[in-house]
Amino acid sequence: MPLVGAVVLGVATSLLVVAQAVLLGRVIAGAFPGGQDLGEVSGELWILVAVVGARALCAFGFETSGRLGARRVVGELRASLTAKMLETRPAGLRGQRAGELVTNAVQGLSSLEAYFARYLPQLVLAVVVPVVILIYVFPRDFAAGTILLVTLPIIPLFMILIGLAARTATERRWRTLSLLSAHFLDAVKGLQTLKANDRAQRQVETLRETGEQYRKQTMVTLRIAFLSSLVLELAAMMGTALVAAAVAIQLINGGLEFSTALAVLLLAPELYLPVRMVGQQFHASTDGLTAANECFEVLDTPTAVSVPAAPLPSPDPRIGPLLLENVSFAYEGRGEAVLEAIDLKLSPGEQLALVGPSGQGKSTVASLILRLLDPQSGRILCNGVDLLEVDPKEWRQHLAWVPQRPTLFSATLAENIRLGRPEADQSALLAACADAGLEQLIDSMPQGLETRLGEGQRTLSAGETQRVALARAFLRDAPLVILDEPTAHLDAESSAAIGEAIARLSQSRSVLLIVHRPALAAAADRIVTLREGLIVDRQAQR
Amino acid sequence: MSAAPAPAPKLDRWGALIRAARLVSPRRGQLILSIALGAGAILAAVGLLAVAGVLISKAALRPEILTLTIFTVGVRALAIARALLRYGERLVSHDLAFRVLADLRVRFFERLIPLVPEGLRGIRSGDVLSRFVGDVDTLQDLYLRALGPPLIGILAIALLAGAVAIVLPAGALVLVVAMLIAGLLLPALAARAGRRSGLREAPARAQLSAELVELVSGAAELAVYGREQQWAERIEAADSKLAATERPGAWISGVTSGAGVAIGGAAMIAVAAIGVQATAAGQLDGVLLAGIVFLTIGAFEAVVGLPDAAQRLTACAQAAARLEGVTEAPIPVSDPPAPIPVPSDGSLSFEDVSVRFEGREQAALSCVSAALAPGSRIALVGASGAGKTTLASCAVRFLDPSSGRVTLGGVDIRELSQDALRSAVRLVSQEAYLFTTTIAQNVRLAAPEASDDQITAALSRAGLGAWIASLPEGIETLVGEEGTEVSGGQRGRIALARGLIAPSQIVILDEPTANLDAAGARELLSAIGSERSDRRAMMVITHTVDGLEEFDEIIVLEAGAVVERGTWGDLIAAKGALARLSAAA
Repeated sequence: MPLVGAVVLGVATSLLVVAQAVLLGRVIAGAFPGGQDLGEVSGELWILVAVVGARALCAFGFETSGRLGARRVVGELRASLTAKMLETRPAGLRGQRAGELVTNAVQGLSSLEAYFARYLPQLVLAVVVPVVILIYVFPRDFAAGTILLVTLPIIPLFMILIGLAARTATERRWRTLSLLSAHFLDAVKGLQTLKANDRAQRQVETLRETGEQYRKQTMVTLRIAFLSSLVLELAAMMGTALVAAAVAIQLINGGLEFSTALAVLLLAPELYLPVRMVGQQFHASTDGLTAANECFEVLDTPTAVSVPAAPLPSPDPRIGPLLLENVSFAYEGRGEAVLEAIDLKLSPGEQLALVGPSGQGKSTVASLILRLLDPQSGRILCNGVDLLEVDPKEWRQHLAWVPQRPTLFSATLAENIRLGRPEADQSALLAACADAGLEQLIDSMPQGLETRLGEGQRTLSAGETQRVALARAFLRDAPLVILDEPTAHLDAESSAAIGEAIARLSQSRSVLLIVHRPALAAAADRIVTLREGLIVDRQAQR
Repeated sequence: MSAAPAPAPKLDRWGALIRAARLVSPRRGQLILSIALGAGAILAAVGLLAVAGVLISKAALRPEILTLTIFTVGVRALAIARALLRYGERLVSHDLAFRVLADLRVRFFERLIPLVPEGLRGIRSGDVLSRFVGDVDTLQDLYLRALGPPLIGILAIALLAGAVAIVLPAGALVLVVAMLIAGLLLPALAARAGRRSGLREAPARAQLSAELVELVSGAAELAVYGREQQWAERIEAADSKLAATERPGAWISGVTSGAGVAIGGAAMIAVAAIGVQATAAGQLDGVLLAGIVFLTIGAFEAVVGLPDAAQRLTACAQAAARLEGVTEAPIPVSDPPAPIPVPSDGSLSFEDVSVRFEGREQAALSCVSAALAPGSRIALVGASGAGKTTLASCAVRFLDPSSGRVTLGGVDIRELSQDALRSAVRLVSQEAYLFTTTIAQNVRLAAPEASDDQITAALSRAGLGAWIASLPEGIETLVGEEGTEVSGGQRGRIALARGLIAPSQIVILDEPTANLDAAGARELLSAIGSERSDRRAMMVITHTVDGLEEFDEIIVLEAGAVVERGTWGDLIAAKGALARLSAAA
């Protein structure tokens, strides 16, 4: 644990601080009024050199071990977060935008790192250093010790008292800054639209005005918020000034050695320093705690799909039909059910088209069959086995899926196509590419199938991405294929080409084709129409 | 996808920084004030320690208590002064930071205006623009955190060393040398050592971030294809790689921190030794010895902020260079020296317009001619990449043709001011952007004077009447960040409403049917073709062709060239390209 190291090093640092003050006091007092020359105090000076060296080592260890320890903690959290995302994201975290999650995982964890690396160790110092110093001061000068003991709590007290007000002000300042930043980003991203509408110059004025307006508002709150640090500063400075006056009186009364008086005065600022530093790490603490909360919120999200303790062997969709019985589903936090008690049957080798306007639950049906979601009521059976009784991972091995917006990973084109069957050999890979109509794309890529996607390469068009996803499905060679809007966002000619590839893919497989344009459903054996979560029409074509 | 920031052009980072700093030079007075307050705060704190040292040294001689009053009052006064000066400095510098940020935003926005969109061709992705905004945000630190601390430090060091030099010149020399090492040399060495690991850290961080983005967007596919484990391992590997690049940074900051303590301690010991020697030799009044040693200890406050300032200065320089990389792109189109007023009524004509993009072999447009007369309807049809949008860009001078010309009422549009042209010829682009505000404000963008009723009417004509009526807040509904709360189809129709409400003689609609289903697309195009209530001319760019029956002319583009043109009836009868497109739909 990094904290143990921080405590050990903190105690060592405190002792060295006291030793340094005592030695320096002796050196000065030796020369004045003691009248010693350099040779006579050289012994103390050399010890002082050793003490300073030891302090430097402690400072090095404190900083390095804090940062390395914090990085370890953050690495572990990031791994859990990743695992959780993989487990729940398919559907459970639907409400959260992808970008937000990543921001949490990368930036949020960075502020958590600052919390572990800076704030916590500083907190340790803020406790240990004053205790050690007070243990030295009290027996030697009670008055100075009392001044320190009384003024010291003013700092954390005011941190807490005014800190509450300051926090709202600080938060407000941050909110203002991010609001202004978002406003600017909005204007920059929309600049083409502004220009086309002859509003760009006007936007310059708006930027100026909002900036000025927010500056005025924020400065009003900052004027009050900064009062807290004014008080803190005053407490620490006044404490030192009062200690100086107190030891001066003790000296005049002859109650104190001059060298000890010097040491006590030297220790006064050292006592306040770590406590004030904690205040400076205020952001690290609040940002860190916010990040931690967001992190744990994600980690506590319930899993979207249940995994049975004693799973049955997975049924094979080649042998028995896939049945949805009375299945209902509603997304969490949204009142209306997306699907209401629907029944659906997909026989082995059958091509079923699910049509209907967008937003009516078609993709949810796909997610349920893919076991990315569990139905809230009703059952999904294959060959008579309830899929809830089966390990989702095993069941999914029988499936291939072409989602509405397939994801391309930054890997080679070949690795992207092998996603569903990493062990596939080169000839199978080439056959899948041919079936998906990818040859032209491959020829146009600098290193053919071995071209890495992403990282400055040209981005694939929607149609090309769709074909890569189809090639994945071909290579997967699964008995049940789910195609979700394979031709949305494509122009007519690309649609036609993709249609041909789909026809090839459908041979000798069960296919669930989800489309909003009925034209594409023409080749299916049966068409089922879904509207507002209900099946409104069933129609056999052959 | 790649989130790796392009490396800043090395040549002129500091030049770019100086130019960026000049952008805000009118704020010099406020900067000087904040520096004076900051240096004053440091001097008060150090002075407090020094005076306290003198106070107890005098007390050690056991004088009358009253003779010390001036010193006891002095330390208290310095304590109060310190707190007040610090408060003042924070207020002034934060106020300055807000003003600087607003200045920077306005200046850089003004520079971006003439470049969008063609000047940023190739670097227009959202990533780059977000980074542009982030870089401007980084520059706000320039005065508050990057330039302020060194200037304050230099001033404070000079004054403190001067004070010490009066009584102990050798001590002053030690003090200055030690503070220069702690304040300049050490941070410079640390920055130099950190730069190398930083260079490896940024791409590692970007890669981790990119992998996480992919993981989040592709999690469902990974689950279906059973590849969760492998991808978790990929993330872990990326994270370990990042951790490895961060490790040198931890060591460097540890060494820096230890070295800082060592230098401060060494200065303290050296000054103490010199002071003891001088006192013994009678060159220094012993009463001052403690004060000078205490001053040495306190003086290092002046250099505490420097390492951080150095880092921020580097970050600011990189940001400034990247910003210049964007804003220094050649301006694609500029206004004529003496613009002619826009002809009030006339055709928009494309005369043999060709466009060739640098680095591309094939011309984006070759010798395209078309005329859009008042009140007429023209459809520009073709597959994606055929050059339709390029032609539209030429009409509003987002782009100038490589050869040929575009005229409005017989005047070459290069003779007009761009603002006036874009008022007269309104382009509703395919990538129409929705601002984070209400539906009404988004539509009003096109016609600032429009009343709510006119906006509602325009939205109805764009096919959103029923939807708007169903919203509890009607046209005052917020569209969410960048329009994320509305669907793609609604977004397109809101943009269409902008085109319909615009008080322009000519409106060009780029793919208004992009997110509509077949029936919706047909309905929209037929409505545009048949509604001819005024003299307004409309050109529609579309890849879906159903509903174009009433258009005056349909122009089919393929690979930048016109392959056929005519009315719907003629072209369908000719069984050419349009007939094929119509059949494919």
